[in-house]
Amino acid sequence: MSFDIDVEVRRSDFALKVAFEAAPGLTALFGPSGAGKTSILNMIAGVLKPARGRIAVDGQVLFDSETRVDLKSEHRRVGYIFQDARLFPHMSVGGNLLYGYRLASKAGRYAEPDHVMNLLGIAGLVERRPASLSGGEQQRVAIGRALLSSPRLLLMDEPLAALDDARKLEILPYIERLRDELRIPILYVTHARAEVERLAAAVIGIENGRVTSLT
Amino acid sequence: MFELSPAEWEAVGLSLKVGLWATLLSLPPGFFLAYVLARFQFPLKSLVSGLVYMPLVLPPVVTGMLLLLLFGSRGPAGRFFEEVFGITIAFRWTGAALAAAIMGLPLMVRAMRISIEAVDRRLELAARTLGAGWWRTFLTITLPLSLPGVIAGAILAFAKSFGEFGATITFVGNIPGETQTLPIAIYSFLQSPTGEGPAIRLAVLSVAVSMIAIIGSEWMERRVLTRVATA
Repeated sequence: MSFDIDVEVRRSDFALKVAFEAAPGLTALFGPSGAGKTSILNMIAGVLKPARGRIAVDGQVLFDSETRVDLKSEHRRVGYIFQDARLFPHMSVGGNLLYGYRLASKAGRYAEPDHVMNLLGIAGLVERRPASLSGGEQQRVAIGRALLSSPRLLLMDEPLAALDDARKLEILPYIERLRDELRIPILYVTHARAEVERLAAAVIGIENGRVTSLT
Repeated sequence: MFELSPAEWEAVGLSLKVGLWATLLSLPPGFFLAYVLARFQFPLKSLVSGLVYMPLVLPPVVTGMLLLLLFGSRGPAGRFFEEVFGITIAFRWTGAALAAAIMGLPLMVRAMRISIEAVDRRLELAARTLGAGWWRTFLTITLPLSLPGVIAGAILAFAKSFGEFGATITFVGNIPGETQTLPIAIYSFLQSPTGEGPAIRLAVLSVAVSMIAIIGSEWMERRVLTRVATA
């Protein structure tokens, strides 16, 4: 599996033009806030429409301004993990975890609930309500929920930024396990150098809506 | 003291029937209007919301009069319903239900609109990235999260319809068994020298229904807020 993107956005207050590829494993999008990192994830997820460009995962085109391809979010099979967990408050943890799993086509499913729950250490939380979980537990459930939709690409938008240091240390090992076990690309947005050094195989520097470095 | 006479029961039963039909009739357009007003910006939005909320401040007799002009036997809408569906609206209980629905609509739309506005749209976005289309997202996220407000709005609209007086008596008159709902019956009893007892009994009943409705809808509205706060 591989991923490539070449997009452009122009607004009066903000312009963005980036192109890069990502291989399976964790690629960090690293740069100061306001650099356009989240906009890149939003374009990949189908939330923000690029003015021009092309986005493809594993040969399948998600967006192409020339051939007028623009898949809806729900058809892109992109797992999106936000800064806040965004768990559905009216469902149990189990209901949250299975939300995307139930919608994924059987042929495309590669993640199974038991395995994912063990991987993330959340098997004991299934009956609970999201509101009763700690911030770290909520974020692990959110990761599990995204994984269980069997995405072809995982987007993580500063998943640790809203957590305190102890919680960050609690989640990091799980993200490392994901990185090592999954055979899909993970795009990881952050402005924390320590996270980049610990997690990333490749780093893409983003500043002012431009790619400034590739390592 | 609290034995109701057949005539009083008739008024209570009619008010229940009118209230239920008015609520059912206004639920689909009420939710649609609340959703549109909560989610979209469009030209003439203030005109639409003004029309919906107008019955709150317009003298009810004016609302009744406008209904009579539109839905009366010589009004354009009245003739349409008469000729196409064979339904007469003016001076029938169906007209009482229509008047009650229009008077209850602002209360219903207001409660629903607040609860839809309180739904975190980022949750809907999360559902979309998990593979849910627009309709599934609406049915599994938006609707359940705003449901307490929807129920609160329906309760308020029912209570308002149950006791609507001004527009109803103007539009459909005061016909026992057909359009003489509970408040109109109270008014009639008060006109007769022996009517004070029945009037007081029915008044106590209205106070009870209104109290229950307000407490119930406020309880539901609090549930909207706690649901959203714990997200």
